[in-house]
Amino acid sequence: MRSTLSPPVDASGRSAGDQVEDGQNAGKDRSGAVDLTIARHVPWSKRLRRDRTMLLLVLPGFLYFVVFHYVPLLGNVIVFKDYQPYLGIQGSPWVGLDNFQIFKDPEFLSALGNTVKFALIQLVLFFPAPIGLALMLNSLVGTKVRRFVQSVVYLPHFIGWVILVSIAQQLLGGAGLVPHLLGSLGLPQVDVMSSEGFFPWLLALQVIWKDAGWGTIIYLAAILNIDQEQYEAAAIDGANRWRRLWHVTLPGLMPVTILLFILNLGTILSVGFEQILLQRDAVGAGASEVLDTYVYIHGVVDGDWGTSAAVGLAKGVVGLAMILGANKLAHRLGHDGVYQR
Amino acid sequence: MTTSTRPVTPVTLRKSTGRPPWMERPSRIGLAFKVIALVVVCFLVIYPFLNIVATSFATEQEITRSDGVITLFPHHPTLEAYRAIFEGGVVTRALMVSIGVTVIGTALNMIFTVTMAWGLSRPIVAGRFVLTTVLLTMLFGAGIIPNFLLVKALGLYDSYAALVLPGLISAFNFLVLRNFFMNIPQELIDSARIDGAGEFSILIRIVLPLSKAVLAVVALFYAVSHWNAFFNAMLYLSDTEKWPLPLVLRLYVLQGQQVGVDSGGVAEAVPSIQAIQMAVVVVALVPILLVYPFLQRYFTKGVLTGAIKG
Repeated sequence: MRSTLSPPVDASGRSAGDQVEDGQNAGKDRSGAVDLTIARHVPWSKRLRRDRTMLLLVLPGFLYFVVFHYVPLLGNVIVFKDYQPYLGIQGSPWVGLDNFQIFKDPEFLSALGNTVKFALIQLVLFFPAPIGLALMLNSLVGTKVRRFVQSVVYLPHFIGWVILVSIAQQLLGGAGLVPHLLGSLGLPQVDVMSSEGFFPWLLALQVIWKDAGWGTIIYLAAILNIDQEQYEAAAIDGANRWRRLWHVTLPGLMPVTILLFILNLGTILSVGFEQILLQRDAVGAGASEVLDTYVYIHGVVDGDWGTSAAVGLAKGVVGLAMILGANKLAHRLGHDGVYQR
Repeated sequence: MTTSTRPVTPVTLRKSTGRPPWMERPSRIGLAFKVIALVVVCFLVIYPFLNIVATSFATEQEITRSDGVITLFPHHPTLEAYRAIFEGGVVTRALMVSIGVTVIGTALNMIFTVTMAWGLSRPIVAGRFVLTTVLLTMLFGAGIIPNFLLVKALGLYDSYAALVLPGLISAFNFLVLRNFFMNIPQELIDSARIDGAGEFSILIRIVLPLSKAVLAVVALFYAVSHWNAFFNAMLYLSDTEKWPLPLVLRLYVLQGQQVGVDSGGVAEAVPSIQAIQMAVVVVALVPILLVYPFLQRYFTKGVLTGAIKG
């Protein structure tokens, strides 16, 4: 069962990273190397015996990942079959690439278009929001005020989509507060919850309300990790606060920003599945369908198993390709990205 | 472990509150702008909560008179809406289901995540291989359809196990715990072993007490996801009797179905539909709002130990 993925470090079951973590061995590369060669000579049977308790602890979790994350990957063979529930996966007839005909379906193309549109709007509106908020929070000198604001802005992250959409319905819906206010100002009372044109912006607003505050955690940590002496040096050289922001803080945030951007790209085709599923009735499928809701409605609800699985598979592959591609790009530009070269 | 090896200083632990000597005082306009911006941000977050709570306590007359808009406080607060939803039975049952799934689900999540994270926190045979299998799952998912077919094939359809088992361990939470465990000094574990402790008692008597804060955060993440779980329940539970709170919430608030109240035609003090809907929302919110203040101060630490190092 030896891994083919990382044989050199796997031989002893520990990597260079692990050794540093061992505390005692940190900084003593030589003794670590000796340790490695000794470990290599310990036969498998002996190591299994030595680690049996720990292996026993790991086993249930390992089985979980195999059963619920790797077995479903095999289930994707139904993409090449005309899957009939009563025949089962093995009994259903092979159909080759017929299921991929779905990619010519105008409904699919509309779902794809919506997905890309929503994703781009959220990338532009949502992605910078936590950075801005983190910069503002960081500029607060008083600890108490900062902690209070932090507790407030983190909270919506823990609110589920059903609750959030219910609240939005109450405030923005036809008889809600916002149309009421607009009316009393003499403006047209639009029901933004059921307006097709506003839908992408509504989604973005909800995402910002829910997660912009939570997103600041990592950026704030990155800001605090910037060496204070850099600020001091910049200040002595005559840089005012904006200059320090531009030449010290923002460059310091770059690695984290790039990392989160790449991760964002990987999930870009999964924009707001639950969020949209909960609100699609109000605006109709044409304006709101995205790839995930398309797969759910066509597959689970309508029973077009093979074709919707094809869409799901394609979506997963594109997402993976985007992560790898973006990472490559980050490496080209001299950053680390999600993983190192 | 000296403080210098700690990857990042958690925001909430930062001590220096004073302005460094080189930093100029903020201009008045800048300060005013900042204060206004922060007040607006906080208001936009807090106000929606106040509004739904206020609406849930409002009387029918007041809601009709004010065109459905209760801005901050109802004039004659009443508990009618709450009485109505708890008499109906549906909300009570859904609440019990949600509590049960959250408590049992979180307990199972914690047991499996902690044991796996502890097992992989030290170099063991094939540890790298297992770790790679876990990490790879963060890059791809099989998709909705294959997962659904698997749950059906395992015979979990229409059972509460379908809400718990497919998400037994979250790779992210696993990493948070593993990273934390790896930072526990080896000397401590070695000395416990010399004193005769086995692997299990090391875990239970040494490691877990040291990791209370991180365990609390991870448990909160799991509990919140169970509490808010909506899609899995919709996918796997066809029996409406088994529905947890989010699905009932969707039915009543978003799809506008009336709560099963048998008022028997007596028009006397029937609470407004809007008040009832908001009462259900409040019931779903309360547990989160109750737990949140206690765990809030651990967030930064918990999130950062897992997310990014250095």
